[in-house]
Amino acid sequence: MELRLSRVVLRLWVAAVLLFLFVPIALVILYAFNDSRIETWPIAHYSTKWFSVAWHDPEVRSSLWLSFKAGLFASAIAVVLGSAAAFGVHKYRFFGREAVSLLLVLPLALPGIITGIALKSTFDYAGIDLSLLTIIIGHATFCIVVVYNNVVARLRRVSGSLLEASADLGAKPWQTFRYVTLPSISTAVVSGALLAFALSFDEVIVTTFTAGAQNTLPLWIFGAIRLGQQLPEVNVVVVGVLILTVIPVAIAVRLTGRAGIR
Amino acid sequence: MDHAQGEPQPPPAAIRLTGLRKRFGDTVALDGVDLAIRAGEFFTMLGPSGSGKTTMLRVIAGFEQPDAGTVELHGEDVTQRPPYLRDVNTVFQDYALFPHMDVQDNVEYGLRIRKVDRSRRRERAAAALELVGLAGLGSRKPSELSGGQRQRVALARAIVNEPSVLLLDEPLGALDLKLRQGMQVELKRIQRDVGITFVYVTHDQEEALTMSDRVAVFNRGQIEQVGSPVEIYDRPTTEFVAGFVGVSNLVSHGGQTYAIRPERVQLLDPTGVAPTSAVLSRGTVTDTVFLGVLTRYTVALDDGGSLVAVRPNLERGSLSESDLRGQAVIAAWQLDQATDIEMSADLAGEHVEESA
Repeated sequence: MELRLSRVVLRLWVAAVLLFLFVPIALVILYAFNDSRIETWPIAHYSTKWFSVAWHDPEVRSSLWLSFKAGLFASAIAVVLGSAAAFGVHKYRFFGREAVSLLLVLPLALPGIITGIALKSTFDYAGIDLSLLTIIIGHATFCIVVVYNNVVARLRRVSGSLLEASADLGAKPWQTFRYVTLPSISTAVVSGALLAFALSFDEVIVTTFTAGAQNTLPLWIFGAIRLGQQLPEVNVVVVGVLILTVIPVAIAVRLTGRAGIR
Repeated sequence: MDHAQGEPQPPPAAIRLTGLRKRFGDTVALDGVDLAIRAGEFFTMLGPSGSGKTTMLRVIAGFEQPDAGTVELHGEDVTQRPPYLRDVNTVFQDYALFPHMDVQDNVEYGLRIRKVDRSRRRERAAAALELVGLAGLGSRKPSELSGGQRQRVALARAIVNEPSVLLLDEPLGALDLKLRQGMQVELKRIQRDVGITFVYVTHDQEEALTMSDRVAVFNRGQIEQVGSPVEIYDRPTTEFVAGFVGVSNLVSHGGQTYAIRPERVQLLDPTGVAPTSAVLSRGTVTDTVFLGVLTRYTVALDDGGSLVAVRPNLERGSLSESDLRGQAVIAAWQLDQATDIEMSADLAGEHVEESA
């Protein structure tokens, strides 16, 4: 009896947590289909007209495009630098290795506002105008961490005897890298890149400091909410961001879960 | 080369190891090892874990650099060469199959690296898979195979390259008993078929005795004895070998320590006529253990110490196991059936040394 009771309580608890997490999101999605300009409950009429309005809004379009480019380039940089750092830290034992590996992960733990201010003053100091480039650099700081973490975790799981077996069968170090190491970590790199893209796509704080006059999609949402004029459109755009973030994250989770070393 | 008239020239050793030393931190893994392994032989390095046998194998493969000493393959010094420039292949204890490749690609890997052309590769991989009894499984992923099958793939992947030496690191360790016994026979067959020198590492003395042409017994980074299985078993030269390979009684007689195998100790009726040529000791049977083929008796000797003797159960019920317990017997053994043993100082004086 006691066991059954605790099981019921546990289930209710999980349900409550899930509700707490997802009801607000569900509300936003519902409101995106609200016909009226004013958010009232219950929703009187449903319509998809705001989707069309948002799609044809040039501001939304340009900020969507900007976010997309920023995410793409930031994750590309992250893939190159993050994997390289992961190889270095994994393969070589050098003085200060632990410190380097901590420093690499730090940007993710650091409050975005610190990263943002630091980058902004650096750009000011160096005389670099805020642009797409500065957004990309800002996003890359935390995207690199995501890829690095993913790849380092996978490298730890690749058994050392695989690399020895490859060398034993006549493969030179670059061949071992090409035919054994790379295929073993490829899914980790891809899932890291997808997570990085998702993070970049909805980043607000660092972007605020590095974007200059242009708006990324989250910045546009932020501004529109403050002005309060385009709430229905905001709901639609949020749904869009939601989809564009959830899809890469879901793929990334599948890749990491399934394609381990079996 | 014409040596028809002169002395027969010994064939060059497949592997010659000279003065090998290797330490890991404070642990001495190899403490001065000299060894020559002949071409085409099934050579086993036997020893308990931590005795240096696996380090030895890894030094031959090139995964470890010795601190001192040289490794020669067919007369060529390869000590400084990386693994990919040595004509040896390894079957790893954990198989180390590439998980992202199917069986076919795993087996072809070495050939692909050596740029053997595609059709030739297919042919040789198919032959290797056939040899290990896995024909037709080329498209499976390693994760879809049983432990025994993976072991065979690892073997095929190494053999397909036709190396001059094949190194096997406890390859049967992860298999269950029946499978292991089957593979022992098969490994021996494969070795005879392909004629490659096998260097086999194991801690299982039965495995070593069954398969090998010669055995080196390792202990604490050194080789205690090298010889054929029969020599190792019948004429162990050190106390360690006598204890590690099979079971031995260590007996003092006339100021010398001898090792005598339990099956060569006879138990006699104390009232009967004793053979004059034998060494005789009176005692009492304290324990009998029925082992199926054999029954094992422990005899407490009247003048101290004990002896283990076994007898085959040749007839059904010929010796019901309780028959002898508590009985006075004479344990008899022939001097020419025993071996002189160098005693290590700390163990001298103990009479019975047993080991699994």
